[in-house]
Amino acid sequence: MITVIAQVDTAGLRALLEILTLQGGHNTTVVMLGAALLGLAGGLVGAFALLRKRSLGVDALSHATLPGLALAFLLAHWLGVAPNSALLLAGAAATGLLAMWCVELVHRHTRLSEDTAIGMSLSVFFGAGIVLLSIIQASGGAQGGLKSFVYGQAASMLPNEVGITGAIALLAIIAALAFHKELALVAFDEAFARVGGWRVSLLDGVLLALITMVTVAGLRSVGAILVVAMLIIPAAAARFWTDRVARVLVLSGAMGAVSAYVGVAVSALAPRAPTGPLIVLSAGAVFLVSMALAPRRGVISSALRRMRVRMQVAQDHALRRLLHAESKDLHFRCPRCLFSMLRVRGLVRLENGSPVLTTAGAARATRIERNHRLWTQYLISQAEIAPSHVDWSVDQVEHVLSPELIAELESELAAASPAPGAA
Amino acid sequence: MNTSHQHAGSRSALAGRPEHSSESPLSIHAMTVAYGKKPVLWDVDYDAPRGALIAIVGPNGAGKSTLIKACLGLLPRAAGVVEFWGRPYKQVRKRIAYMPQRESVDWDFPVSALDVVAMGRYSRIGWCRPVSRPHKDVALACLDRVGLGDVAHRQIGRLSGGQQQRVFLARSLAQEADLYFMDEPFAGVDAATERAIIELLRELRSQGKTVICVHHDLATASTYFDHALLLNMRVVAAGPVREVLTAQQIARTYGGRLTLLTEAAEAVAAQP
Repeated sequence: MITVIAQVDTAGLRALLEILTLQGGHNTTVVMLGAALLGLAGGLVGAFALLRKRSLGVDALSHATLPGLALAFLLAHWLGVAPNSALLLAGAAATGLLAMWCVELVHRHTRLSEDTAIGMSLSVFFGAGIVLLSIIQASGGAQGGLKSFVYGQAASMLPNEVGITGAIALLAIIAALAFHKELALVAFDEAFARVGGWRVSLLDGVLLALITMVTVAGLRSVGAILVVAMLIIPAAAARFWTDRVARVLVLSGAMGAVSAYVGVAVSALAPRAPTGPLIVLSAGAVFLVSMALAPRRGVISSALRRMRVRMQVAQDHALRRLLHAESKDLHFRCPRCLFSMLRVRGLVRLENGSPVLTTAGAARATRIERNHRLWTQYLISQAEIAPSHVDWSVDQVEHVLSPELIAELESELAAASPAPGAA
Repeated sequence: MNTSHQHAGSRSALAGRPEHSSESPLSIHAMTVAYGKKPVLWDVDYDAPRGALIAIVGPNGAGKSTLIKACLGLLPRAAGVVEFWGRPYKQVRKRIAYMPQRESVDWDFPVSALDVVAMGRYSRIGWCRPVSRPHKDVALACLDRVGLGDVAHRQIGRLSGGQQQRVFLARSLAQEADLYFMDEPFAGVDAATERAIIELLRELRSQGKTVICVHHDLATASTYFDHALLLNMRVVAAGPVREVLTAQQIARTYGGRLTLLTEAAEAVAAQP
C-alpha cells in the first residue's frame, strides 16, 4: 500500500519536474510561458497600484469584468458569430472601466468614502455578471467557455488565446517600465507632481489602463474572481524585502512570474484543476514566507527587535537602580535572568549573593543616567518639538542631537540642579 | 455677472501699474477661495516684493496654506487672478519651487533621501527619461547643502523629523527656482535644524530669489523675515515686518475674528 503511494508520488513528482522544465509538451510550454509573462506584468503593475494605494479599486475592476464577458457573449450570439476571445476581453474591459467610473462618480458627488463606493460597485457589477451567466446557462448557450473566465483554466488555453493575452501583458510591462518614474512621483507626492506640471489625471489614467490590461489578460488563465491576486499579492510580498521602488518592481515582477509559472505547472498535472486558485496559492505561499522571514519589515524580525529593545530597557533600568544602590522595582519578570545577562556582559558581579556594579557597569550606568537627564531636559526646554526625536537608548543621544544642543542642554541641567553624583 | 465685473476691475487695476506687476514675482488680485459655500479666503490682493523673505502669518484656519495652494493651482479659485512676473502660472512653472507640509506624504514610501531630492529635477528631465548623472549630482549637492550628504541613500522613513524636513527643503532647492513657496518649513524641527534652514533661506535671498513661507511662530517672524502678510481669511496687513508685525495688527489678526466676520457681513450687505 505504502509503496503504491510512494510510486505514484515519484511519478507525479517526475511529471511535475518535466512540466516545470518545459518538457510537458508544446501546448503546456506555451501556456506556462504566457502565464509567467502575465505574472511579471501583474507584479509590475500591481506594485504601482500598491504604492498609489489603489489595491481595493483593482478588486472592483476585476469583479466587474464578469457582466462584460457575459454581455459580449450574448452580443456574439445575437450577431450570430462565434464568441472569440478578443470580443470577450473587450467586453470585460468595458464593464470593468465602467465600474471604476461609477466608483469615481459616487465618491466625487456624495459624501460616501471611496471604499464604500468600491464595495457597492464591486458587488453590484459582480451580481449582474452572475445573473447574466445564469441567463446564458438557462438559454442553453455554450456556457462552458464562459466558466473558464470566472475561475480560470490555463491548461485548456489555445495558442492564439495565449498569444493575445501574452501581447497585452507584454505591452503592459513595457508601458509600466516606461512610466515608472512618473508613476512613482505621483504615488509619493501628488501635490508636488501637480505643481511641477505633471498631469496627475493623465498618469492615473495610465495606471488604470495598465491595471485593466493585466486584469483582462489574466481572465482566461486566473479568472475574474482571483485575477486581483496577481496584482496585489506579489507587490505586497516584495514590499517586505526592500526599501527602493526599483527593487520592489523587480522583486514583485519576479514573484508574480514564478507564482504563475508554478501554479500553471501544478494545475497541468490534473487537467480539470482550476489554474487561478493554484496560482493564487503559490503567490500566497511566497507572501507568507516574505511576511515571516524578511529582514527588518518581516514579522519575526520585528518581534526580535521589540524583544531586544525590551531587554535593553530593562537592563539599563537595572543598572541605574544599582547605581543608586537599589535593587527593587526592576519592572522585569525575572530579576535573576536580568542579572545573569548583566553578569555575562561584565557589568555586574555578585558580592555575598547580591548584585554589585563592576567598574565598566558603573561607567555605563553613569552614561545612562546622564542621557536620561539630557533627554528629560530636552523635552522640557524644546517642548514644541515632536517627541519622535527622543531616543532613550544610551548610544543614540550624540547621533540624534547636535553637539551644540547637547552642550546647551548640559548647561541648562547644571543651572537647574546639582550635577549627578555631587549630592 | 458680478464676478466678471470684478475680474475686469482687477485687470484694469493691473494695467494701471504695469511696471509693478511685471516686477513682482507674485501678484494676487481679488482672489477668493471657497470650500463648498464657505469662503476660506476672501478677496485677497497682494503683490510680493522681489528678493525678499516673506512670511504668511495668521491663526489656525486663517487660510495660510490655502493661499499658497490656490496660487499654485492645487485648489480651485472661486474668483481672482494670480500672476507670476506678470504671467500665468503655466508659463513660468519651471521658475517656481514648492515645498509641501511634511505630513502631506507617506514617509514609509520605498525611496531614499536622494530619490526624493531628485524629484526636484523631474520637470527638467521630462517624460520617460531616467535620472541622468548630472541631475543626480545636482540632487546630491542639494542634500549636502542641507547637511544630509551622509544619509543620501537612507530610506526616508528612517530619518528623523528634522531630517525629513530638510530632505523636502533640498528637493525644492533642486528645482533651482526664482520663487519658493514653503508650507511651514520650521514645523517640528529642533533648534539646530531651524538655524540651518534660515541660513539657507538667507542664502537664497542673497542670490535674488524670493521665498514665501507659511510661518506659525510670531516670536521668530520678525527676525527671520523681511516682509509679512498677515492673514485671517482676508489680508489684514502686508509689508515690511517692522510696519506689519505691530501689536495692534497682530491683535486684529488673531483676536479680531468676530469683528472681521461682522465687517464681511456688512460688506456683503452693502453690495447692490
